[in-house]
Amino acid sequence: MSFFDWVCQILISYWPMLLRGAGITLLISMVGTVIGFVIGLIAGVIRTIPIKNQKNPLMVIFLKLVNILITIYVEVFRGTPMMVQAMVIYYGTAMLFGIKLNSILAGIFIVSINTGAYMAEIVRGGIISIDNGQFEAAHAIGMNHWQTMRFIILPQAIRNILPATGNEFVINIKDTSVLNVISVVELYFQTKTVAGNNFRYFEAFLITCVIYFIMTFTVTRILRLIERKLDGPANYKIEQKSSEEVSV
Amino acid sequence: MEKIIDIRHLSKSFGDHEVLKDIDFSVEKGEVISIIGSSGSGKSTLLRCVNLLETPSGGEIIYKGQNILTTPINIASYRAKLGMVFQQFNLFNNLDVLSNCVVGQVQVLKLPKDEAEKTALNYLNLVGMSQFINAKPAQLSGGQKQRVAIARALSMQPDALLFDEPTSALDPEMVGEVLKIMKKLADSGLTMLVVTHEMNFARDVSTRVVFMDGGVIVEQDVPEVLFNNPKHERTKEFLKRTLKENYSV
Repeated sequence: MSFFDWVCQILISYWPMLLRGAGITLLISMVGTVIGFVIGLIAGVIRTIPIKNQKNPLMVIFLKLVNILITIYVEVFRGTPMMVQAMVIYYGTAMLFGIKLNSILAGIFIVSINTGAYMAEIVRGGIISIDNGQFEAAHAIGMNHWQTMRFIILPQAIRNILPATGNEFVINIKDTSVLNVISVVELYFQTKTVAGNNFRYFEAFLITCVIYFIMTFTVTRILRLIERKLDGPANYKIEQKSSEEVSV
Repeated sequence: MEKIIDIRHLSKSFGDHEVLKDIDFSVEKGEVISIIGSSGSGKSTLLRCVNLLETPSGGEIIYKGQNILTTPINIASYRAKLGMVFQQFNLFNNLDVLSNCVVGQVQVLKLPKDEAEKTALNYLNLVGMSQFINAKPAQLSGGQKQRVAIARALSMQPDALLFDEPTSALDPEMVGEVLKIMKKLADSGLTMLVVTHEMNFARDVSTRVVFMDGGVIVEQDVPEVLFNNPKHERTKEFLKRTLKENYSV
């Protein structure tokens, strides 16, 4: 059989397996990215609370403590490979607590906290990149820290960090392949099985290569659409001048 | 006259650098006060201390009989009572013109949205920007942005309006449109505190002119006296230099 015959053969016989693998890859990376984004948002917002303006000493101690914990979290999860984290968490929970985690849930958990560690820094960067004048204007009309964040700063910061978030999503789609070490039957795991069954490694992995690319490319395009949606229309409509009475 | 703000012995230091030294200063209802002086004289810092964008190092700021630096007053609700117009406009970039004027009323003053929009439209109309309610700040010119910023501050129905060099970032043609609105506001009896380099505005519109130099108030008086018969050597020197520049254009 020629190369093309093998490719067709694998596609015809194994497409449901590959599709299921791709689905699980997409599920884990998407849920992981979203949860990681939320973790990063919370961590980033907490880390940008100005400590020196706090009046309550207990609040100062509490904020410092939370900041230290967030720093440890970020450094540990950013500084160790996700594959190793997967092994430690999956087998660790089994050994220490006697819990056998569902491998997909374990996968989502690992991808989430990993993404969260990166996103915490991305969100912090997004917030401090917003011009100080925006904070000052919000404070000047009487907004508190949370209102300023919620209505003025975060909408702008999130818009600015969307490309970086898209990056994380793409990385997650590819990096979920390491989760095969804890037997998550994602795309890479499925391909390994298919390839092993037929001893056709090149053909099987080439197909998978294409599938991964389609997934990442589609995701980046969708994110670009969202970006454009958030930017709003390039033009605006002139309203008819109202003739109402003007008073100060 | 009713005193809105009374400042006593106010000082502010950035590290070892003392920017404001023992300032005594008060604002009465209906006054239009221009604060003039060369760059670095502390006039912007004074304005920013008044609404606590800078925390004063010492002294008292008395607002409606309460020293807001010591009493545990809600800083946010105090700031809401003082509108602020910035040199760099600082419109909320994520919101359109109307929302810029509505968000504070709804979130801070807790007013219903339709009422807030009505107030906002009224003031946008006043500054001649009601046609642009759908535009984003990035789509406006500097002068238009500053007019929206004034409408945003007015929409909060403040006791007084603070202007921090409102025309310094504008090109000469746009300065006029902003000054015209400020004059309209002054004539309507609004209490205004204006840090400015526009000597014509200070002389023609304000009821009192404050000259600052080196972190202290050197001299303050009605504009006729301060501009025509300044008492201090430093004031004369400053006016001679700036007025010459103003007229040579």
